Amino acid sequence: MQFIDEFRAPNAVKSLLNQINALVKKTVFTKDSPLNIMEVCGGHTHAIFKFGLDQLLPPEINFIHGPGCPVCVLPMGRIDTCIDIAKQPNVMFCTFGDAMRVPGQQGSLLTIRGEGHDIRIIYSPLDALKLAKLNPEKQIVLFGLGFETTMPGIALTILQAKQLQLSNFSLLCQHICIIPTLKALLALPDIKIDAFLGPGHLSMIIGIKPYEFISQDYAKPVVISGFEPVDILQSVIMILMQLIKQQYLVENQYRRIVADKGNTAAQAVINQVFTLQGNDEWRGLGKILDSGVRLNEKYREYDAELRFNTKRHCQQDDPNARCGDVLTGRCKPINCPLFGQTCTPTSAYGALMVSSEGACAAYYQYRQSDLI
Amino acid sequence: MIKTISLAHGSGGLASTELIDQIFMRAFDNSFLQAHEDQAKIKLTELTQLGDRMAFSTDSYVIDPIFFPGGDIGKLAVCGTVNDLAVGGAIPLYLSCGFILEEGLPICTLQEIADSMAKTAKEAGVTIVTGDTKVVPNGAVDKIFINTAGIGAIPTQINWGMAHIKEGDKIIVSGTLGDHGATILNIREKLGLIGALSSDCAPLYSLIHHLHTIDGVRAIRDATRGGVNAVLHEFMQGSGYGMKIIESELPLQSTVRGLCELLGLDPLNFANEGKVVIVVSPECELQVLQSLHRHPLGINAKSIGEVVTKRNVTLQGLYGIERLLDLPHNEPLPRIC
Ligand code: SF4
Repeated sequence: MQFIDEFRAPNAVKSLLNQINALVKKTVFTKDSPLNIMEVCGGHTHAIFKFGLDQLLPPEINFIHGPGCPVCVLPMGRIDTCIDIAKQPNVMFCTFGDAMRVPGQQGSLLTIRGEGHDIRIIYSPLDALKLAKLNPEKQIVLFGLGFETTMPGIALTILQAKQLQLSNFSLLCQHICIIPTLKALLALPDIKIDAFLGPGHLSMIIGIKPYEFISQDYAKPVVISGFEPVDILQSVIMILMQLIKQQYLVENQYRRIVADKGNTAAQAVINQVFTLQGNDEWRGLGKILDSGVRLNEKYREYDAELRFNTKRHCQQDDPNARCGDVLTGRCKPINCPLFGQTCTPTSAYGALMVSSEGACAAYYQYRQSDLI
Repeated sequence: MIKTISLAHGSGGLASTELIDQIFMRAFDNSFLQAHEDQAKIKLTELTQLGDRMAFSTDSYVIDPIFFPGGDIGKLAVCGTVNDLAVGGAIPLYLSCGFILEEGLPICTLQEIADSMAKTAKEAGVTIVTGDTKVVPNGAVDKIFINTAGIGAIPTQINWGMAHIKEGDKIIVSGTLGDHGATILNIREKLGLIGALSSDCAPLYSLIHHLHTIDGVRAIRDATRGGVNAVLHEFMQGSGYGMKIIESELPLQSTVRGLCELLGLDPLNFANEGKVVIVVSPECELQVLQSLHRHPLGINAKSIGEVVTKRNVTLQGLYGIERLLDLPHNEPLPRIC
């Protein structure tokens, strides 16, 4: 299959691994003090585990699974807000499937759907608009979730709702931006990240420039990477080369998809509809400065929280859960005392275990054999 | 004639009789139905001539959409049950069918489904000898649900079962994986993938009966809901051994692979309606493959792995790294089959 098979070809992978093994020897990294590469995006985490790249790479290279999955960083309190709204009479609550199983204090959206509340799984934000048109007597609420990758689609949906003057449609905005997250991460005192594998799809929207502060202010390489084994291994080589040359740059390995300047039309529509405002709470990371995404003044009428006058729930995580430590690379999922015990995919405590991109889900799915 | 199903069609009165005569009697026409009794009277001597055990199986079919490339709910309802009989080594003989119809269902739709069932039954060599029809108010079911039950006879020399599986046995699939699941997903979620996506829905007795004479066939299962992955887990549970399969050996159509890549899904979890997974002794592996390859439904048959001591189901990936194949934890996509 074009664009897939050539990026998975075993001989290409083997030759890249040989190059990596040779390059690692030219660095200071050792098995006990390895090169820590954070893969920001959960898509990378899953590819690394699915193909067993972590086992194929030399022990001098260690992957840290970052906070780049919007479901994983969803605080429990936000799910509680979803549930508050979904329980209101006459509401049809629309969400992408991934958020269905994330636990809040009062259960998940899946639990309350089982209790008879009207929760719909949608595949495109426009499906929610269609439902609004078909059901004028109902209030349709769309749960807008995700980084810059999903924001343009939601923004276009809001623009259309305005154009159609739909009064029974609103958005529960849980969008987040990647750059404040990375800033918050890098500001943490006990974090040991030497380089970043930059998110492929997200960068398709924002381009590569916004990451420059990482290379300039923190002297750490960033390589925007595709999701196939050859992509990831090439990116590791690019990181090693930078470190050997002591050059710290933002490089783009995923040129076939990501333009250096990103998608300017998508950026424009995001800026038209959304604004960065206030400090938002992130699961495991706490409050992050200026990371809250809100609807612009002009589109505030579509804000579901205002429309339903919801209260913000505060988060009370189980003190034993180490979701935050996993997201920041302080520990691996297996070091969490809840892992595989009270927290499994069927009885998840944290979103990292239910999101299809979560690090705990990846460990559970691919590494269980090592643990039993 | 009335064009849609009404509650009167399920009342047992005149409308019911008319519907049964015009749709089912006409399509399934045979002497058992002609007798108009409450039961089909099947001669035991006929069964005992064919084997020493009777196989009996039932399943209900609730698929959405009811028509899809490669089949429809009627074809599926016949294939599903005859295949369940055939994988146990039985010669499928008789079927019953129960219909639950939604008020408002177009009668021509029901007719098309009954005709398709009749055609498939003929192809599969089975007779639909008894049935039942109920009509429920609009909204109580989705268009049409069908239950079929079937009986067949198992020839004396055949004794297939998971308890016979041994370490070192080979695992064979009879063709490409996930075609049915991918086809249904593509239409239901309006993914708009064009290309040769078509369900593999087919009666499999004609393929399986060639294996009756081969020594060393241990166990067969059709890989329906839950796909090959679920069958491998059943084999593990039933035999006490582990199953190890090799990713590069899995036969896949490129359209199915494309869809899986796009959605991050695994074709091993997709439903098939015309594929079997067979465990055989290493000595007869080649003979089984040759026999399958000779049949149009088995041309893509492939050996995909083997039975191992360690009691889990694993997949050896492209680069030789083995990973655990768990059954999916997430709720399956609603009503894929
Ligand atoms: S195992 Fe569960 S509780 Fe522990 S870090 Fe993972 S998701 Fe959080």
